[in-house]
Amino acid sequence: MRRTTTIIIGAGQAGLAMSHCLTEQNIDHVVLERGQVANSWRTERWDSLRLLSPNWQTRLPGYADQGSDPDGFRTLGETIALFDGYSSQISAPVETETAVLSAEAFGDGYLVRTTRGDWQCRTLVIATGCMSTPNVPAFSRDLSEGYRTLSSKDYRNPAQIEDGGVLVVGPSASGVQIAQELQRAGRDVVLSVGEHVRLPRTYRGVDILKLMDGAGIFDHTIHEVDDLGRVRRLPSMQLIGSPTRETISLNSLQDQGVEIVGRSMGARDHQIQLSGSLANVCQLADLKMNRLLRTLDDWLAQTDLVNVAEDANTPMPTRLPEMPCLSLDLKARGIKTIIWATGFRPDYSWLNVPVVNGRGRLRHDGGVVDAPGLYAMGLPFMRKRKSNFIDGVADDARALSTHLTTFLAGAAAQAA
Amino acid sequence: MENQTTPTPTKNGVNVEAILQARTILEDAPQAADFIWKASSEWKGGVHTRTEMNGYFGLGEEHKRKQTFVSETDHPEVFAAPDSAPTPVELVLSGLAGCLVAGVASVAENRGIQLNSVTATLEGNMNLFGILGIDSSTRNGFSAVRVHFDIDADASREDIQALVAQSQKRSAVFDIITNPTNVFVDVTC
Repeated sequence: MRRTTTIIIGAGQAGLAMSHCLTEQNIDHVVLERGQVANSWRTERWDSLRLLSPNWQTRLPGYADQGSDPDGFRTLGETIALFDGYSSQISAPVETETAVLSAEAFGDGYLVRTTRGDWQCRTLVIATGCMSTPNVPAFSRDLSEGYRTLSSKDYRNPAQIEDGGVLVVGPSASGVQIAQELQRAGRDVVLSVGEHVRLPRTYRGVDILKLMDGAGIFDHTIHEVDDLGRVRRLPSMQLIGSPTRETISLNSLQDQGVEIVGRSMGARDHQIQLSGSLANVCQLADLKMNRLLRTLDDWLAQTDLVNVAEDANTPMPTRLPEMPCLSLDLKARGIKTIIWATGFRPDYSWLNVPVVNGRGRLRHDGGVVDAPGLYAMGLPFMRKRKSNFIDGVADDARALSTHLTTFLAGAAAQAA
Repeated sequence: MENQTTPTPTKNGVNVEAILQARTILEDAPQAADFIWKASSEWKGGVHTRTEMNGYFGLGEEHKRKQTFVSETDHPEVFAAPDSAPTPVELVLSGLAGCLVAGVASVAENRGIQLNSVTATLEGNMNLFGILGIDSSTRNGFSAVRVHFDIDADASREDIQALVAQSQKRSAVFDIITNPTNVFVDVTC
């Protein structure tokens, strides 16, 4: 059995950032990766994907490369190259093609079993991300057979999707982007819409994420929000990264011919039952977006950011069909494919340490998990609003690597 | 005694503190959050029904109300009935109104907004071809429900709109009306 001080599970942005910070603190460690570096980016994304965040907003610790165009959006290939480059530059000790089978308490640390042998460590960092298992609603089982269903993780490109109609379920970043791509490729797309976070790509001539970053919104900590459970469950921002900096919204999708319907609530034979709450979820999203834009106006009034337009180009309210559809007859509508873009949940089935709550989430305080020497990285709003963004892992890795070092020193002092 | 909490003065008479406290407690005791609401009805001749409500299950036990509440339903003269009570569908509107208005008051309390007046008027569109069995493609129930609020509160227009939007998001009856529910009916005879 091999031994090391710290094992990091997962070589994505969170695991690599943690590796860099541990190297800086001279903590002996390995990064176990089930595939290659940036595995989910390589194997679980669609071909045309670009990052939502501009190139300047990928500030990994110890890595300054923003590419040649700081305001551009990396393609999937460029994103994978970013992580490959980062991993080499920081000499991350990654054990690739090594899937973790289980982890359990062992001696004064943990025993980690993998497809390539066992490891023993003092401290363990879970950087497997929060997107392991698609949240496909239970009612999907009630659908008649003969429909092709896939999650946003399995979607690659329109060529993979049969001609005819497609139901895309979920109006967040993945759902709206996939809906747009399929509609542009000539499919007849219906988008099922529950709660979402609407944002314009640019506001007053500036990228929305630049404004939010400047106003300190991504740096809000878990101590600064009223309802941590709610903000941790927020869906992803309804944005797309594109060379034209286009805004994607339910309005832009409807302009292109996508039909929007309410949240999918049930299925019976060939029918999908839809909620009558479409007007409400759209109004909630519009109101929250407008509140954010006013916050940004207030911030802009006190800052010297250049090239800001005077006019507040507040987006139009979301247009609704006069009588939104409540029951979608897939057969009559010629819909043969359903794409679930309904979010993900983490998978801790391999973790034999009693730190998972009844809802399948880790019990942790800002990434310090409720077991000695166990840490998490990359969870939504783990320490700050940006914790699950590429740009967010630096602060968390610095804070948690310091905590981890102190933990090891404390344990050493106790043993002496 | 230490830690004694002094009640915070409320703006709208909603004890939000108790609701937030209940939320924290129930999060750690999920079984206690399973409630069963109950009603029992008796036919009173014609299309007149009397329904009593007293007793519900929640927090792991049966509860009795301070008194037995009663609602009666009947139908108007156009339906060849004596019009002695509201129709069942009007009670559905009344339930939606009660739920949304309670939500507006609670959310306003939580957000520190003083409400001066709240009125809601509701309409449910219905085509009788459904219940009369004339056209099977017409549904029995409402084809649409419209709710109009008039709210006077010490808050901006957008903040008041947000109260109304949030009250829908958290409303049981709004959910009951907008989303499908399995209904299981059995009979003893």
